[in-house]
Amino acid sequence: MKVGSTLNIALRALRRNKMRSVLTALGIIIGVAAVIAMVGIGNGAKAQVEAQIASLGQNVILIFSGSTTSSGIRTGWGGAGTLKIEDAEAIRREVPGVAAVSEEVVSTTQVAAGNQNWFTRIYGESADYLDIRQWPLSDGAPFTAQDVRSANKVCIIGRTTASQIYGNDDPVGQILRIKNVPFTVTGILTPKGLSTQGVDQDDVVIMPFTSAMKRVVGGTTLRNINVQIGDGRQIAAAQQQIISLLRQRHNIRAGRDDDFTVRNQQEIADAATATTAVMTVLLGSIAGVSLVVGGIGIMNIMLVSVTERTREIGTRMAMGAHGSDILMQFLIEAVTLSSVGGVIGIVFGIGASQILSSYAHWPTLISLSSIIVAFMFSAAVGIFFGFYPARKAAALDPIEALRYE
Amino acid sequence: MKNGEVVKLIDVYKTYHTGDVDVHAVRGVSLEIQRGEFVALMGASGSGKSTLMNIVGCLDRPTSGRYVLDDADVSALDRDQLADIRNHKLGFVFQSFNLLPRTSARENVELPLLYGAHRLTNAQLREKADAVLASVGLAGREDHHPSQLSGGQQQRVAIARALVNDPEVVLADEPTGNLDSRTSVEIMGIFQQLNERDITIIMVTHEQDIAAYARRNVVMRDGRILKDFNVTQRFDATAELGKIAPIDSEL
Repeated sequence: MKVGSTLNIALRALRRNKMRSVLTALGIIIGVAAVIAMVGIGNGAKAQVEAQIASLGQNVILIFSGSTTSSGIRTGWGGAGTLKIEDAEAIRREVPGVAAVSEEVVSTTQVAAGNQNWFTRIYGESADYLDIRQWPLSDGAPFTAQDVRSANKVCIIGRTTASQIYGNDDPVGQILRIKNVPFTVTGILTPKGLSTQGVDQDDVVIMPFTSAMKRVVGGTTLRNINVQIGDGRQIAAAQQQIISLLRQRHNIRAGRDDDFTVRNQQEIADAATATTAVMTVLLGSIAGVSLVVGGIGIMNIMLVSVTERTREIGTRMAMGAHGSDILMQFLIEAVTLSSVGGVIGIVFGIGASQILSSYAHWPTLISLSSIIVAFMFSAAVGIFFGFYPARKAAALDPIEALRYE
Repeated sequence: MKNGEVVKLIDVYKTYHTGDVDVHAVRGVSLEIQRGEFVALMGASGSGKSTLMNIVGCLDRPTSGRYVLDDADVSALDRDQLADIRNHKLGFVFQSFNLLPRTSARENVELPLLYGAHRLTNAQLREKADAVLASVGLAGREDHHPSQLSGGQQQRVAIARALVNDPEVVLADEPTGNLDSRTSVEIMGIFQQLNERDITIIMVTHEQDIAAYARRNVVMRDGRILKDFNVTQRFDATAELGKIAPIDSEL
């Protein structure tokens, strides 16, 4: 049938009522702009969290000591000292696919140099730690496996610690006193910024775990073990093997709970992004409601328009318009309003999120898929809310319609 | 030019069911109208003339009886087929003009072409519409909107719209009902000119002196044809205008 003519007719009808057309489309414009901007904000937050999770390193499995129920007391991760250095060595030796292992102990303490001091976190790690976390140095050199074996008094420090202790001086080669033990600073880390929990990741001192256990933290157990797997597809298998290896080493009988907790990076990422995903959905659906309200606006105007133009419809039918022509005309009018509104709304939405990014410093991320979805949805709103008035128009009896006052 | 009857009604009945009461609007009308006739259909309100006009205009179907339009039986066609017949074979002129508001005269005249079977380019639409507008004396006013035209000019646009698809029959429903007497005579003048070009015109009116411009009058009462006669003392619009003009100039 004459789609071109019907399109022509519908566009002429819209042009006849410019003000009304613009106001009707405005509902959709606001709705689509809100969806684009809100989803952009949500996705931006999600991308930020994901980038931070990725900074934990690739294909990483974390083993925490604790979560034991053997004595009936659940101590939480890292609480009970159940992981030993030998456990880490066994994992390094026996679990296939392991690329790197870092034994980890953590403490917080006062550090000092010259007349400056600072309260910071001390991480004891293996020489592989920086590789696992993909955390390069901005200056100096890392400690070596030899340093770890000999428990040498060397450390690398984060940017925050460096500026608090040394100000603008170069810390590399300087002495840092930790619990009155002099450590030589060998390197300075590139800044990483805040973690997902809001912790300053650059406020840190990293040293061989052997040195940390011997001179700073004390004790003989590890807080956790970081394991990097070479091939991402082997993570699940490696995780299982680590669990059975550690149960065997810790003499845990079948049916008893583990005295350690194993998490892989994907699980941590999922947990962290779940919140932002919920936020995205929430923001998007609130904005979606305004899009639906815009659609109801279209339906309202189209219904008014059908009533107001009853006689016009009768005239068109007398001139030979089929019911389907009238239906198509009103449907095209509705879809034109909603999709033109959609396109303008997309432009406004992108603009709004750019403004939020630059003035409120919120990260926003406009994806092509959200633009396409918003456009398709606005067109669908036009079809859905335009159909009822269009069908009403098409079903009119030409004689009644011509007589309508 | 084909000869013979263009409209042929055979024992047509139309009954409306409103609630419990059946309204017999048309009760057995048989009527033949030849090509090139100019017929005025008359009668008081409730006489069934409007119902009969709706059937002749393919806007409605008879309850019983047959309607043959241009040698084709149209009494049993469905909604869409009737719409096509209206588009190809009929042109409508209404009492209140029924032009699309805020739409130029040209676009109003193009309307039936848009619903036709042939796809025309915008240039072809424009050419056809402008030619028909010129033939009813509206050359130069193609871009005017209805609100910028007088009642008589608006009715001329409507007549141009009715003519644009070269119909077999032009149907006019009280075409002068909203016009003053002088403009009414002008419109009758246009109908008489069209009729001279062998265009068949069927016009509903309740005014005796308007019916006198037609060649034949059919008078209805209570759903039946009461009288059917050729007009003997036919008014000529040009002559009548000549009589009115001096009065105008005196004012």
